Amino acid sequence: MLTHAHGDHARPGSAAYLAAAPGLAVLGHRLPGARIEGMPYGETRRIGEVEVSFHPAGHVLGSAQVRIERRGEIWIVSGDYKRQADPTCAPFEPVRCHTFITEATFALPIYRWDPTATVAAEISAWWQENTQAGRASVLCAYSLGKAQRLLAELLPHLAGRTIRTHGAIEAMNEVYRRSGVLLPPTRRIDPQTRGSFAGELILAPPAAAGSLWMRRFGRAQVGFASGWMRLRGTRRRGSFDRGFALSDHADWFDLLRTIEESGAERVLATHGYSATLARFLGERGWETGVLGTEFRGETPARAGSDDGAESPEIEGEAGGEEEE
Amino acid sequence: MKRFAELYAGLDRTNSTNEKIAALVDYFHAAAPADAAWAVWFLTGRRLQRLVPSSALAAWAREAAGVPEWLFEECYGAVGDLAETVALLLDANATPAGGESPPAIPDTLSLAAWVEERLLPLRAQPEAAQREAVVAWWRELERWPRFVLGKLLTGALRVGVAQTLVERALSEVAKVEPQTIAQRLMGTWEPTAEFFSRLVGRIEEGEDVSRPYPFALASPLDLAPSELGEVGDWLMEWKWDGIRAQLIRRGGDCFLWSRGEELLTERFPEIVRIARSRLPEGMVLDGEILAMHEGRPLPFSVLQRRIGRIRLTERVLAEAPAAFVAYDLLEAEGDDLRDRPLAERRARLAEAIEPAQPILSLSPEVVAESWEAAAAERLRCRELGVEGLMIKRLGSPYRAGRRRGDWWKWKIDPYEVDAVLLYAQPGHGRRASLCTDYTFGVWDGSELVTFAKAYSGLTDDEIVALDLWIRQNTIERFGPVRSVPPVQVFTLAFEGIARSARHRSGVAVRFPRIARWRPDKRAEEADTLERLRALLVATRRV
Repeated sequence: MLTHAHGDHARPGSAAYLAAAPGLAVLGHRLPGARIEGMPYGETRRIGEVEVSFHPAGHVLGSAQVRIERRGEIWIVSGDYKRQADPTCAPFEPVRCHTFITEATFALPIYRWDPTATVAAEISAWWQENTQAGRASVLCAYSLGKAQRLLAELLPHLAGRTIRTHGAIEAMNEVYRRSGVLLPPTRRIDPQTRGSFAGELILAPPAAAGSLWMRRFGRAQVGFASGWMRLRGTRRRGSFDRGFALSDHADWFDLLRTIEESGAERVLATHGYSATLARFLGERGWETGVLGTEFRGETPARAGSDDGAESPEIEGEAGGEEEE
Repeated sequence: MKRFAELYAGLDRTNSTNEKIAALVDYFHAAAPADAAWAVWFLTGRRLQRLVPSSALAAWAREAAGVPEWLFEECYGAVGDLAETVALLLDANATPAGGESPPAIPDTLSLAAWVEERLLPLRAQPEAAQREAVVAWWRELERWPRFVLGKLLTGALRVGVAQTLVERALSEVAKVEPQTIAQRLMGTWEPTAEFFSRLVGRIEEGEDVSRPYPFALASPLDLAPSELGEVGDWLMEWKWDGIRAQLIRRGGDCFLWSRGEELLTERFPEIVRIARSRLPEGMVLDGEILAMHEGRPLPFSVLQRRIGRIRLTERVLAEAPAAFVAYDLLEAEGDDLRDRPLAERRARLAEAIEPAQPILSLSPEVVAESWEAAAAERLRCRELGVEGLMIKRLGSPYRAGRRRGDWWKWKIDPYEVDAVLLYAQPGHGRRASLCTDYTFGVWDGSELVTFAKAYSGLTDDEIVALDLWIRQNTIERFGPVRSVPPVQVFTLAFEGIARSARHRSGVAVRFPRIARWRPDKRAEEADTLERLRALLVATRRV
């Protein structure tokens, strides 16, 4: 059962998969040839002794929490989730449970997201500044999820302009559009695309920053949209000119709110600052634990390499391109 | 303070020198002189001494944010900066669960008013009042200005602009040479509107007599000496391992300034006494303060005792006798000689310094007929207790700052030892979430004993790879410090070695840094404490 299509969650090699129906096209793109069956959100199915169902997680298109019930005991595997509104996917749906397995990517109280509209306005102002300086603006974002969310959020700022895209992002845009998500029109940059890019906004995967592909933009400003950009150190350490703190993960406050709303007595934390979250909840009376994953390591050492995915293997597997 | 915070944000955002200068020029044009004076103060790395202790700030922030101490420490560990941690934790701007926070009050108070009416009075207040004031400011400011406030309170405002950039911007505003600005910025000054007006004002007669000239700096010699041309066009001297300083004799008085713009006059009374009696009025010497015993320089660690002490006792004066070795003459009879060629300055310097005066002497010329002979002299450096050779173009003027081409430093090769990585912890600022501070050990019998910490020398890729290895192989954590299995060997380079009671190994090394990562070596092949002690004996013999 897949929670969503990011490479650290959807792995090849299983004989058959179940997933939430809205994410089928995205999954098909990421796991070509895999046997994936879709289930509408909320529909239950019996497998052996348990009943399972998918519920929206608000992370990316088709992302889901998995609800598992056995003789009245309910567990939720949240996968990755966020509580901020996202025009490109169904909003997170709180589900009551006994045991809640939560992600903890940004589980420190320094992580608190500004409203998305504020971040979109910052990006728009940056684009404007660069345009006035006669420069291109290259905005790096993960090609599955973040890029499409940015396109949708930037819609009110476009004023008739068309955002240009890297091939990897445009391919995912097409999958989103086929899945019925409304995105503003975009134009792909092909190897043979020539001419000046001054004043253009270009969406590119993070790995494109510093690559040969970037040469065509001349003296471009490069931005990166990621939750890690909340910290000045991460902003300055990366090879980016500007950082925009926009994440598809829950911030500290939304993690706590979600855990409260789940009604769970037991919380198992995984990914990122899981030990921190477990200790904090433990001190407040929850039964807690840390759930290891196949992926070793802790917080990402490098901005730009990942936004939650923690293994260099994953990066390599995705062609060094991205992942969230 | 809003404008200053915006300037800081603008400087923080760009790596382009021109954009930084443009941002500074805009700020200085628009700012009131009193604000601009404080901005210059902070931008040139000056700080407000002892306003409130960092530990108190952390405690108030924890309470205001409702965060337990351990969690605050984890946040601080991830952020790497106290001011930023506080700014982020107290972020009321975002929408917390269940409703809007009140909007921040627009900050209309000027930078000067912030500093003079709010920050400086904190010193005289009891803790309860300090706390009430600071917490209220945190609440009224937006995230970025709150961060800047934290930087002012903790006194650690590093903006990432070199002083020369500030000088260039002020020079553009004032329409005077950057060197003039640099000179006006040296020494002690009060950040007042009057000061700023003078700083960007026209050149006047009789400016402060104590003021030193901007120091000329040498570049490391990264080419073959023969590429410098004729050996006869160059002056060679020893590169002393002391405190670079200017000795100023003006206005009937005497001043000793370090290159770090610290007034050292009172730290070295014996030098000042001699200078007063032997040097004529209107003279400025460039040279080096050294601890000397019977004409031989003592290790830098001896000299450090003279700086660290609050009171100079007879004992300290006797243990670390100081001397000034002069190598350049910048002013004589009140005339600025910096545009004259070095050969002429040097000749006049030799006339001005009395021979056989041990406390105020002329830095001897190292005579070499050829570059080969110079290379041979360089090999004697360690034995003589000097750091290498200085090579200066005889025809060159005395320029401010590091200008490649006229002054070269040809240092001796560093000592090298192979050591084993034992502990690692995250760095600060840009390196906050990467383990970049490493502790190394060498073998003492069958045990590894720590002897040095090093922070630099690896490439970015190596740092990332090592960080991952450290995280995956951590044995134990002590706060931010991680112990790792003794597996990774590194060649460390360092400049000097001295006995130390503070280090478990009994030795302290100077300027340790990583020369190479040695995946080809096993931990058992690393060096021993015995070898370090042998180096110690070898250096002490001279």
